[in-house]
Amino acid sequence: MSAANDKQRRIVPIGPYHPLQEEPEFFKLVVEGEKVVDIEIHLGYNHRGHEFISPELTYDQVPFLVERICGICSNSHPLAAVMAVEDICNLEIPERAKYLRVIVHELERIHSHLLWVGLAGHFIGYNTVWMWAWKYRDAVLDVFEMLVGNRNHYAMNKPGGVRHDLKPEMVGPIEAAMAEVEKKTWLLTKAVLDDPVIHARLEGVGILTHEQSLAYSCLGPTSRASGVPGDVRKDEPHAAYPYLDWNVITFPEGDVFAKAKVRLLEIIESVKMVRQCLKQIPDGPIEARVEEVPPGEGCGRTEAPRGEVFHYMRSDGTNRPLRHKVRAPSYMNIASNKVACVGGTIADAAITLAAVDPCYCCTERMAAFENGQQRYSWNELLRLSWEKTESIRRGMKK
Amino acid sequence: MREAEAKLRERFPDAGYYRHNENRLYITVPRERVTEACRFLHLERAMRLAICTGIDTRAGYEMLYHFSDDANGGLYTLKVIAPKDDPRIESQASWFPSTDWIEREMTELMGIEFPGHPDMRPLLTSDTDWDPEEKPLRRDYQRRGDKHERG
Repeated sequence: MSAANDKQRRIVPIGPYHPLQEEPEFFKLVVEGEKVVDIEIHLGYNHRGHEFISPELTYDQVPFLVERICGICSNSHPLAAVMAVEDICNLEIPERAKYLRVIVHELERIHSHLLWVGLAGHFIGYNTVWMWAWKYRDAVLDVFEMLVGNRNHYAMNKPGGVRHDLKPEMVGPIEAAMAEVEKKTWLLTKAVLDDPVIHARLEGVGILTHEQSLAYSCLGPTSRASGVPGDVRKDEPHAAYPYLDWNVITFPEGDVFAKAKVRLLEIIESVKMVRQCLKQIPDGPIEARVEEVPPGEGCGRTEAPRGEVFHYMRSDGTNRPLRHKVRAPSYMNIASNKVACVGGTIADAAITLAAVDPCYCCTERMAAFENGQQRYSWNELLRLSWEKTESIRRGMKK
Repeated sequence: MREAEAKLRERFPDAGYYRHNENRLYITVPRERVTEACRFLHLERAMRLAICTGIDTRAGYEMLYHFSDDANGGLYTLKVIAPKDDPRIESQASWFPSTDWIEREMTELMGIEFPGHPDMRPLLTSDTDWDPEEKPLRRDYQRRGDKHERG
């Protein structure tokens, strides 16, 4: 960079606490006027040392730890971790457990994609989309509450199978929720595709080309919107995915608009998968017993809403892993912002950076204020939550 | 997957091969040939780098490169072992951007060095109050205020 150039360049900091995404990461945009010419990404503000803690826990405890890596993909990490253990043991899980894993995994994808659609609307100043998408997402969280007793952190997976069974009376409410989600997703999709303002804000913005996507090993909707058809559910069939009829959604354009389309259409595919699972699920046990984990190494991977989650474990024959490597999809995807953001304007940078759907936790549910006074205390909120769970249970028993 | 394995055996006869099951192949390559092996898997076989893992073992620091063959299925893990008194492995970051961050991470957490990396600043640990000599993923690491041996 020459001295003459230096004078025209300025740095626009986004972070270390992102004002919109409300998560700790730091982007330094190097700009010339309105144009972004370079970007520097700083991470590590939220490093919690999971890979350090995990070898101190037993194989049964590890899923509970990795579940807390993220509040949104809180099924993907435990699933990949238990698949790594099952890979070490070369263990086949019961058929019913395979279907149950897919049901929870796809429900998670639906709520996560709806969450992103809402946030994307929020980022470009379209707050109606934000409010509506999150409202529709709530139906899926209610299903989780009914299925496993929690809206986040489902504690579904264990080495050898799953912890919660599907009761016959739950099928009706899940199907009703799916019908609602499908209807509303089509409504959102059509609203997004028809809106000229959204076209103007998202089309041709933040383009990640096919080659760049391959060089940065991008994953999930980020790479599928650049025409790379990678999806672990197809590439390495696991759980009940090989038994289901569904499509991998890809678009060649690589811009933010394509990423939005991929996510919206994937919700429809996930609804399809959940319905097929509910129809096809066989009776039988939901877990296989894991007697001991032999020395060796194993890799578990599964398609989280943001892309492939990868877990590597090495066992030395004791009841704890010797090494546990965790790689979340955003680790690969955020790095690609280096190329996707450069060349655009500052105004587009916010949505481009958000287009990879960087992951953060949303564990606190609400705080209600009235006339400046907090309406509910923490304990009162907890009581409200219990009452809701109880009312769902009562509704099921009828 | 069998066809790719045959090609690998032909190209790297000096490597060690271990097949765990139908979808997992582990290949131990000599340290000098790691760049060649990475280029072969990524550029010639069009595989995607899933991630790298560093492990502190008795034999030395192991660096694993997990490559996924998305088109044909299967996961190939390249294994390189660097002795503890010379923990250096050639950097891939200059030609392969996917390895950029993980090499930085493995340097700061495990202490494996990657000569040739273009930008070796810490990625995850704090810029202000973290001693760069502390390598938390090493087996002999002692936590601050906790003098118990790990493992």
